[in-house]
Amino acid sequence: MEQLRTIGRELAMGSQGGWGQSKEFLDLVKSIGEVRSKAEEDRIIARELEHLKRRLADPDVPRRKMKELLLRLVYAEMLGHDASFGHIHAVKMTHDESLPLKRTGYLAVALFLDERHDLVILVVNTIQKDLRSDNYLVVCAALTAACRLIGEEAIPAVLPQVVELLAHPKEAVRKKAVMALHRFYQRSPSSVSHLVSNFRKRLCDNDPGVMGATLCPLYDLILEEPNSYKDLVVSFVNILKQVVERRLPTSYDYHQIPAPFIQIKLLKILAVLGSGDKQASGHMYTVLGDIFRKGDTASNIGNAILYECICCISSIFPNPKMLEAAAETTSKFLKSDSHNLKYMGIDALGRLIKINPDIAEEHQLAVIDCLEDPDDTLKRKTFELLYKMTKSTNVEVIVDRMIEYMINITDHHYKTEIASRCVELAEQFAPSNQWFIQTMNKVFEHAGDLVNIRVAHNLMRLIAEGFGEEDEGADSQLRSSAVDSYLRIVGEPKLPSSFLQIICWVLGEYGTADGKYSASYIIGKLCDVAEAHLTDDTVKAYAISAILKIFAFEIALGRKIDLLPECQTLVDELSASHSTDLQQRAYELQALLGLDKNAVESVMPADASCEDIEVDRNLSFLNSYVQQALENGASPYIPESERSGVISVGSYRSQEQQETSAHTLRFEAYEMPKPSLPLATSQTSMSTPTTDLVPVTEPGYYKEDHQTSKSQPPGDAVSGEFGVKLCLDGVQKKWGRPTYSSSTPSSLASSQQTTNGASHSDGGGSSSQPRESSYGSKRQQGTEVSAEKQRLAASLFGSAAAKADRKAQASRKTAKDSPSTEKVATTNVTAQPVKEQVIPAAPPPDLLDLGDEPVSSNPPSADPFSQLEGLLGPASAAPVLSGTPATSTSKAPDLMSIFSDDVPTGVASGSTDPTLGDVNSTSSHKGATAVASKKGPSLQDALQKDATARQVGVTPTGNNPNLFKDILG
Amino acid sequence: MINFVLLISRQGKVRLTKWYSPYTQKERTKVIRELSGLILTRGPKLCNFVEWRGYKVVYRRYASLYFCMCIDADDNELEVLEIIHHFVEILDRYFGSVCELDLIFNFHKAYYILDEILIAGELQESSKKNVARLIAAQAC
Repeated sequence: MEQLRTIGRELAMGSQGGWGQSKEFLDLVKSIGEVRSKAEEDRIIARELEHLKRRLADPDVPRRKMKELLLRLVYAEMLGHDASFGHIHAVKMTHDESLPLKRTGYLAVALFLDERHDLVILVVNTIQKDLRSDNYLVVCAALTAACRLIGEEAIPAVLPQVVELLAHPKEAVRKKAVMALHRFYQRSPSSVSHLVSNFRKRLCDNDPGVMGATLCPLYDLILEEPNSYKDLVVSFVNILKQVVERRLPTSYDYHQIPAPFIQIKLLKILAVLGSGDKQASGHMYTVLGDIFRKGDTASNIGNAILYECICCISSIFPNPKMLEAAAETTSKFLKSDSHNLKYMGIDALGRLIKINPDIAEEHQLAVIDCLEDPDDTLKRKTFELLYKMTKSTNVEVIVDRMIEYMINITDHHYKTEIASRCVELAEQFAPSNQWFIQTMNKVFEHAGDLVNIRVAHNLMRLIAEGFGEEDEGADSQLRSSAVDSYLRIVGEPKLPSSFLQIICWVLGEYGTADGKYSASYIIGKLCDVAEAHLTDDTVKAYAISAILKIFAFEIALGRKIDLLPECQTLVDELSASHSTDLQQRAYELQALLGLDKNAVESVMPADASCEDIEVDRNLSFLNSYVQQALENGASPYIPESERSGVISVGSYRSQEQQETSAHTLRFEAYEMPKPSLPLATSQTSMSTPTTDLVPVTEPGYYKEDHQTSKSQPPGDAVSGEFGVKLCLDGVQKKWGRPTYSSSTPSSLASSQQTTNGASHSDGGGSSSQPRESSYGSKRQQGTEVSAEKQRLAASLFGSAAAKADRKAQASRKTAKDSPSTEKVATTNVTAQPVKEQVIPAAPPPDLLDLGDEPVSSNPPSADPFSQLEGLLGPASAAPVLSGTPATSTSKAPDLMSIFSDDVPTGVASGSTDPTLGDVNSTSSHKGATAVASKKGPSLQDALQKDATARQVGVTPTGNNPNLFKDILG
Repeated sequence: MINFVLLISRQGKVRLTKWYSPYTQKERTKVIRELSGLILTRGPKLCNFVEWRGYKVVYRRYASLYFCMCIDADDNELEVLEIIHHFVEILDRYFGSVCELDLIFNFHKAYYILDEILIAGELQESSKKNVARLIAAQAC
């Protein structure tokens, strides 16, 4: 059998198999097709490359043969092998006179090299020449290569010719010239900035292909500065209108839709131009409405256009009618069976809720379904949506979910992203400090090495500072709970370095503070940490410092403490460490052990991590020294500003600054510069440190030397106060403190203040109330959505629902709703008076929510009971969908499933013929012929190809049954 | 913009690669390995998109071949899915019911066709007729 196959192959080789390549090449491809392992493939290619090296160096190789050798080289490189020895031959071939050879040369060069490669310089000249060729095909080839190979420095060499080609009689050349200019623009915007008018001109090109290509550079240009292209809005809208009305040649139709790719590009451009521009947006509504009306939700490309339309609408100036259409399409996407459409729907929803947060409410169950979907892509997209709609009422649920998901992923890139999102949300919306610390612990435990070290410092600071004015008791309780949890966790293997640093610091600072744990116990733990992480100097440094602190506190308390043997070994080891930092810390520890109680207390005061280290700017401790020096006859110091006539710019500036605050001229010396009063009160703390610090470096300051310290206290107090402010500033505003968003209007901030007094109870209460009501409504309708899902929905969307409800209560006075819903509402009122009363308790946090969304508040028009209905709507719809999937799939046959007839989809794709799947899973030969026979018109063709294929010898082996199947099944 | 186009067989063999953004040979090998691990293992009913290193990879399976395109985060996935299909339809028209073998032995022709559809990572021509006409004129 094996022999027969070989003979058959030999025969086939003789006839070249109809692919126009030599036997050698076919052999190569074939043998690569048959290899069982990567090592074998590498061996074959290595042999081939040796061979090619010899052949290419041979000067007598005919040019025709050369072309094939080059293609073999491309093949080898495509498989990931280094064929750089042959690059120069590809460059040489671009010089060839014959078009096929030249094109092969350009193809190979474009695949081998990129703009950073040294050989490109040799190609530029050829490209230059070829751009002037009479044969437009040569010009096309050169332009294609130029797009790939011309880097920033080479642009001027070819730019004039490319610009000339914009007026070439052949549209293919014009189109490529436009694309080449676009590429040049991306490489170096300044080099083509003077050519913008050309793009505008090409927009009116007779050929739709050229016009479509021009949209690419214009899109980039408009992104850069939309305002200089506002005059084109009407033109773009007109073009889009014409496309939608099928004025373009039918050859641009794609699946019965007129020029969809051009439509999408135009929609992208309009989205940018209409953003925040009411007038420009006004031009667009009609055509957008048209697209929605004509929208084809049955085909993929139709949905692509609709999606782009939604993006456009969510970007331009909002229009209620358009938003409604967009929301409707979004809900179609979300209700679809196709994962792709659900994905797009989630994305679209994320865009729409920025304008109207209430839209999400209707889709809560769909969103939760996506969140629990086994498809990772969909899940991640849903997390992105949740991230966008997080607020203080649902942050706990969302962040918990995110962390849960984060724990199990291995993809570094995404883990980093989701960890940083968790941190960001927790910092922004945390309902309580307790929760914040717990959450951060989890993030650090599972992704500690991936988050910014800044976050670790923030966490330590939070634990240290406590929560400002609130009572000391809560702070110490929090600290001891942190200590508890860290002691529990610290023994676990493989904790990230930054997390260990936090643990060590907290244990050192507060490990013994509440007296629950003995000093030697904590020290033992810390020694273990240092021992377990021999290679991590930072962790060791944190550990040894923590030990030092504990010793210091113990000594200060007058307790006697022995150096444990393991601690002694650690100290010995570290004092001999290669790291000078570790050495110093170890020696410091040893030195501290020898000090007496009072000295230790002043060196290491207990719980002083938040105390500001006061900098004596006057250097007052030098006063006696100065005094002595003066007595000894030294000349006194004269400040720069008082020196003969020299008024430095610096002192002038400080003078001016003083003037603005004092409004009087002063001629005597100035005291220590204080920040002017208005600055201290109103300016954000960001800018105050600079105004505070700048004068210090200026000469005026030195006068302080002999000034009495009378002026000192106020100045110091101010700077001290500022010090605190400054500390908080680098930190993102967080942990549920009402001050977190400095940009929120003051009225909102004040309302936050009031709610925050009881932040703990608020967080719990507001999420549980809607849940309650959702239960009620569920029972009422008798739908069977799982209780758990409902609960999740309520906790995610609850606040939104409550808000809608509250808003609606206001609107009920105007009573503009349709009579039917109104009736429902009133019956509901009578049926559930209790709930009615419960809900109004929620408003305060909602007010907070409104502040969170930077959105123009919508006119109150929602139904008062939309909260209940919102839950019911999709709930009743969902079972219908899942119950009768057949109707929806047959109604909207998915193109995807038709074309991707892979073996297991037989069942999955409802619309394709189930027999197809069966056929595929039978033996490969049968499968191939069966598929071929399915193809109707090209049956002959396919059979023939199948036969030749088998002759060539790439007979389907077991591992590739589908090799012969036509790609378009 | 499309950063690169990959054609991988179900066994993870590379059939065609086209890089529009600069990648070194080493990076290319890594990208291919990573993506084939990611895409070939995905089930049939899932999304045709994967998020990858801050980019999105849109893929579509035809028989035993996966066509993958890597796009920026703000591109329209459904559109790119159709660009892939547009490419396949043109291949189909050119080769006459295209199969994987056509692409294996005539990968350079597939490259020429791709060059007429995409240039510098953007779709340059959306009319199948125009592409076909140009390819025919070049008669390679």
